[in-house]
Amino acid sequence: MGGTMGGTMGGTIRIDAAEMDYTTLNRKIRSAAAGGVSEVILDHVLGQRFIADGLRGTVRLIINGVPGGDLGMFMSGPTCIVHGNADHAPGNTMDGGMIVIHGSAGDAVAHSMRGGKVLVRDDIGYRGGIHMKEYQEKSPVLMVGGNARAYLGEYMAGGLIIVFGIGGGAAVTERGIGSGIHGGEIYIRGPVEDRLLGVGAKKKPFGAAERKRIAPFVQEFASHFDMDGKALLDGDYTRIGPASARPFASKYTWE
Amino acid sequence: MTIGSTPPRYRISVDRDQCMLCERCITECPYGVFRRNGERIAVNSRQCTACHRCIAMCPRDAIDLEEQPVDYRSHPVWTRGTREAIYNQARTGRIILAGMGNAGDYPVIFDRLVLDACQVTNPSIDPLREPMELRTYLGKKPSRLEIRNIGGDDVELVTELTPNLQLETPMMIAHMSYGAISLNAQLSLARAAAAIGTFMGTGEGGLHQAIYPYQDRMIVQVASGRFGVDINYLERGAAIEIKIGQGAKPGLGGHLPGEKVCEDVSCTRMIPLGTDALSPSPHHDIYSIEDLKQLVRSLKEATEWKKPVFVKIAAVHNTAAIAAGIARSSADAVVVDGFRGGTGAAPRVFRDHVGIPIEAAIASADAKLRQQGIRNQVSLIASGGIRESADVAKAIALGADAVYIGTAALVAMGCRVCGTCYRGLCPWGIATQREDLTARLDPDVESEHVANLIHAWTLELSELMGAAGINSIESLRGNRDRLRGYLLDEGILKVLDVKPVGA
Repeated sequence: MGGTMGGTMGGTIRIDAAEMDYTTLNRKIRSAAAGGVSEVILDHVLGQRFIADGLRGTVRLIINGVPGGDLGMFMSGPTCIVHGNADHAPGNTMDGGMIVIHGSAGDAVAHSMRGGKVLVRDDIGYRGGIHMKEYQEKSPVLMVGGNARAYLGEYMAGGLIIVFGIGGGAAVTERGIGSGIHGGEIYIRGPVEDRLLGVGAKKKPFGAAERKRIAPFVQEFASHFDMDGKALLDGDYTRIGPASARPFASKYTWE
Repeated sequence: MTIGSTPPRYRISVDRDQCMLCERCITECPYGVFRRNGERIAVNSRQCTACHRCIAMCPRDAIDLEEQPVDYRSHPVWTRGTREAIYNQARTGRIILAGMGNAGDYPVIFDRLVLDACQVTNPSIDPLREPMELRTYLGKKPSRLEIRNIGGDDVELVTELTPNLQLETPMMIAHMSYGAISLNAQLSLARAAAAIGTFMGTGEGGLHQAIYPYQDRMIVQVASGRFGVDINYLERGAAIEIKIGQGAKPGLGGHLPGEKVCEDVSCTRMIPLGTDALSPSPHHDIYSIEDLKQLVRSLKEATEWKKPVFVKIAAVHNTAAIAAGIARSSADAVVVDGFRGGTGAAPRVFRDHVGIPIEAAIASADAKLRQQGIRNQVSLIASGGIRESADVAKAIALGADAVYIGTAALVAMGCRVCGTCYRGLCPWGIATQREDLTARLDPDVESEHVANLIHAWTLELSELMGAAGINSIESLRGNRDRLRGYLLDEGILKVLDVKPVGA
């Protein structure tokens, strides 16, 4: 299934999601995408979970309202633009595509994401980017405009997390950053207290090479939310990575 | 080192009169026990794991193995195991990992249960003569069927049925991942499952391309690491199983060490070469029974409600209540994995001390679901420590719809239960990724062995049922009157809801 993008390509359709259950809503989205529609606008979204769950292709969803949990779970390719906040775990186990949230999101944002991007304009809850991983050409990116709560990037195995902390105060003030991290990198704008780092996480130098590496992502983030990318990039970043690719290697012995 | 070395676990001896110096043992043993020394085969018994490969392959039966050739001063409390664990931890200060299932000295409840047979008052059934119905459907069953007359004598089913798996025998092959076992081992199991008309689990290792031809027979696992999980994987499987827990290490995740992540394993799991594959202990999107419901439904929604979703838990103290919660999560089956469930590697302290036996867990889960009137909402699958067809019959009589067999299927391919899976040097080509070792396992041959085993157990199950006057597996399911407890205490009999022998 999927990939049946025959017929007339392009075009936009609107779906009024008011009072609609998620299965019906997803069925309509799937059928529109399969029919070759390039953009689907969902109005009056109010808590429907699993929007774009397992969806393939390149369709663009404009979500007006507040989607429920697991937005874009297992998604592979499409783009979701949310005008509103999102609930828990947008981008859960996502394989490819993009989620842009013009608002805040709940816990476990980008949980186990393998590919694609999740951009959150404001804040995220606990365990953001937990167990993100990368594989071959896939390398997931989570960017957060505001603050992230505890356990950011826990068990992270790959990919990139950037937290900008826009709006004053430190970007991350809670503990457990990168605990058990064994791959990937976390960039936090501004200083991060050492005591907030989890077991297995380590601060690493941030220099010109690193700034260059994150520049395209920062620009992309800024352009989505009409921000000044250059100013955003100019700040001091704290770079956090794994102390070892085998964080638990010294914990065990054999019988 | 002041602790000194511990005595060798095994002593290998070669009968020089029998030995013809063919050196087969040297080639076969990947642990380096044997070497040629002039006109004799020299041995280093300390390297031996009791895998029996040399013994099985010696053309002259010249090799002998003795377990625990050196005695400690015997003591009922300070056993060899406890003493050696202390020496190990005094040296390393680490958690001890061990292979295979529970090695604790617990009585096996299955062995204290006896089955019934017909005498005089009702005739037994000969499966040779009468059809014996073993076909099993896993998934939700409607509590009632609504039927509409559509003119004449024709009727139509109004009730919407949910997808079920159709098994030709109530035995499936348990989840053992590619990575934990070799591709040849997985391929053999998959072919056997297809030949028998049953299913097998992928484990949390993704689905290798070589298994695609058998994908209709695969139950794809979604565990906390989400390795290998994408929409293609979910759509390929016949069913999806969420692994919450595992009988060998309840409460823990998994950990595939980097050295086992070779190129092919890396592709299938979708992780970089040589990195540790860590499965966290909990699913970090499940912190409550409501969250579980959300994961179950996300999987159903992703696959457009076409696939049954199973939830596997380790058998622990409140399994029955947990199973009842799962039954309300839209899941189609609950897999309960008892504390004898096997594994490639688990902390010894968990393997031997955490969890409860499958017999008690399955009986109490079945009873709880019936009490709450939701037994039809989920199938129950018993797993962990099923060693023979009698265990299958007893598990079903205690309330299971079907069983998973893991270790037994590996034993059918040559595994000697040496418990050294974690070394990655399995001489039988099962728990290894080393090419020269995996090449020893021929899927054409071993798939037949596994299929033979399940076929034989199916025949025995039919005979047991026939002898009890039962001709359909549904009539055995939860039929505790066909069981009696032999020397089981009153408490456990009550949990099992089984009468004592003679009653």
